[in-house]
Amino acid sequence: MINRAHRLLKIQDNVNTDYIISGRYKFRIRDPGELAKHVFEDVEEDFYKKIKKGDFLVSGENFGSGSSREQAPLALKASGLKAVIAKSFARIFYRNALNLGLYLLECNTNYIDDSNELELDLEKNVIKNKSKGLNIPFKPIPPLAKKILAEGGMVEYFKKHGGIEVEP
Amino acid sequence: MGKTIAEKILSHHADKDLRAGDIAICKVDACFGQDGTSSLIIENFEKLGKKGVFDNTKFCMFIDHSAPSPNIGVSTIHKMMRTFAKKESVKLFDIGQGICHQLMVEKGNITCGDLVLGADSHTCTYGALNIFSTGMGSTDLAIAAASGKNWFKVPETIKILVSGKLPLGVYAKDVILSIIKDITSKGANYMALEFYGNAIKHMSLASRFTMANMCVEMGAKCGLFEADRKVLDWVKSHAKRKPQPVKADENATYAAVKEYDVSSLTPQVSMPHEVDNVASIEAVVGTPIDEAFIGTCTNGRLEDLEIAAKILKNKNLAGHVKLVIGPASRDIFLSAAKKGYIDIFVDSGAVVVAPGCGPCVGTHNGVPADGENVISTANRNFKGRMGNPGAHIFLASPATVAASAIEGKICDPRIFSKRLK
Repeated sequence: MINRAHRLLKIQDNVNTDYIISGRYKFRIRDPGELAKHVFEDVEEDFYKKIKKGDFLVSGENFGSGSSREQAPLALKASGLKAVIAKSFARIFYRNALNLGLYLLECNTNYIDDSNELELDLEKNVIKNKSKGLNIPFKPIPPLAKKILAEGGMVEYFKKHGGIEVEP
Repeated sequence: MGKTIAEKILSHHADKDLRAGDIAICKVDACFGQDGTSSLIIENFEKLGKKGVFDNTKFCMFIDHSAPSPNIGVSTIHKMMRTFAKKESVKLFDIGQGICHQLMVEKGNITCGDLVLGADSHTCTYGALNIFSTGMGSTDLAIAAASGKNWFKVPETIKILVSGKLPLGVYAKDVILSIIKDITSKGANYMALEFYGNAIKHMSLASRFTMANMCVEMGAKCGLFEADRKVLDWVKSHAKRKPQPVKADENATYAAVKEYDVSSLTPQVSMPHEVDNVASIEAVVGTPIDEAFIGTCTNGRLEDLEIAAKILKNKNLAGHVKLVIGPASRDIFLSAAKKGYIDIFVDSGAVVVAPGCGPCVGTHNGVPADGENVISTANRNFKGRMGNPGAHIFLASPATVAASAIEGKICDPRIFSKRLK
């Protein structure tokens, strides 16, 4: 299966949670699938239609800044995205995505253009850009984050372990 | 090696010696959700399968983001929160009581040295009370509500020294906007800030809340202030628990030290559509405005309303301007009424709405039309923030917003300096 990169055309850095999912929807829609239809609606119409299951969103610095709304990563995950790849992430968004089992990968995204074909190698910490023939290393995922992601999110992790463990 | 305030508070709550970069489990002293985040807290909490909230005096909920409810979807969420609060015997602050961040400092029983989590990014506001308080998402709050704990990465700290006497017509909002301009919206990502200096010392607590509130606009986890006499007086009159003030060590390690002299600072305005897109007032004076908004967890306190009342007294709004005013809490609303500010606002043509967040987050109470310019005392001006991506939002102090509402265009509040003395 071919999975592609999607880039927002107008904004590369500081993509905030209001852009990901507008406050207009967060307060009245609870169904993640419905929320997903409105991702990036205020910055690019019908963006969600481009996303196929397992695809990647690619952005610049400080992705996910702003509000603490978990509906932002929830809507992104429900849209079918496997991971968001950016140069850096805002703190609250990082935790929220992790808690929901959405992968966030930090690397130099200058090497990824819109609609490039990508493959993720979580063992070797590289993103293979097949369109460009490049292997792009990403910052290794911290051990606790890896464990949470492996369970599919924080709720599952917590249930399985009866709490959170940070010791190695 | 000495420690920063953040390192000390987190070490204390983890019962071990922590340094910036360490990851640890910490106990929390208080945690909460609001009506934009609580439905997911409740859903996740129920999935965790725990018997109940870890301590029903340490978790509470606020209905403030859309209060009173503007539609059926929101009413359903409010009902869900009321049912959960009753079942778990936790405190619910219902419509009209105010914005979570004002109510936490007024009635949250939080004190110096605490570790507080909120499912709202502006939870950093209580840093002004020497509290490590930070925003997280709903799942993290569900974990905290179920276990009384969560995991934390100890942040590095930037030390900020603010010196000088603020000129007339220039306020804490202008100070923090000028700092955000310098540090930028990502410049303090994952970090804590510590504020010092004689300009801070002379600020009221309300002004310090304004500054701490906006630390997240630089990406910061929290913005911490020292527990001076003003802070101790506040917590003694608002919290039942004993304060445990935390000071940074003199030889603590900082990621950076920034110094600002505010003695010749001018009114500042954040321009659309990024908070760090800040300019001095001259750059935008004369920009026509359609709507003005005074309120929010940033600037909806009594001193903010007092400044607005001084400017608006016996004045009328420019013919086409809609001015919306939302006190940050019921207590502030009542005090403003007693002092006559509400009369002044209504006389001027302003609309006073129930304490809450509404206009700032675009849920109701003043959604702008396409192409309209809004000047607001809030903390965010992202495209679509007030409910319409076709509008343009400028952020400024209550004085600048009130003056602009009278003039019908962005206006330097210092032309009203006689009223501001």
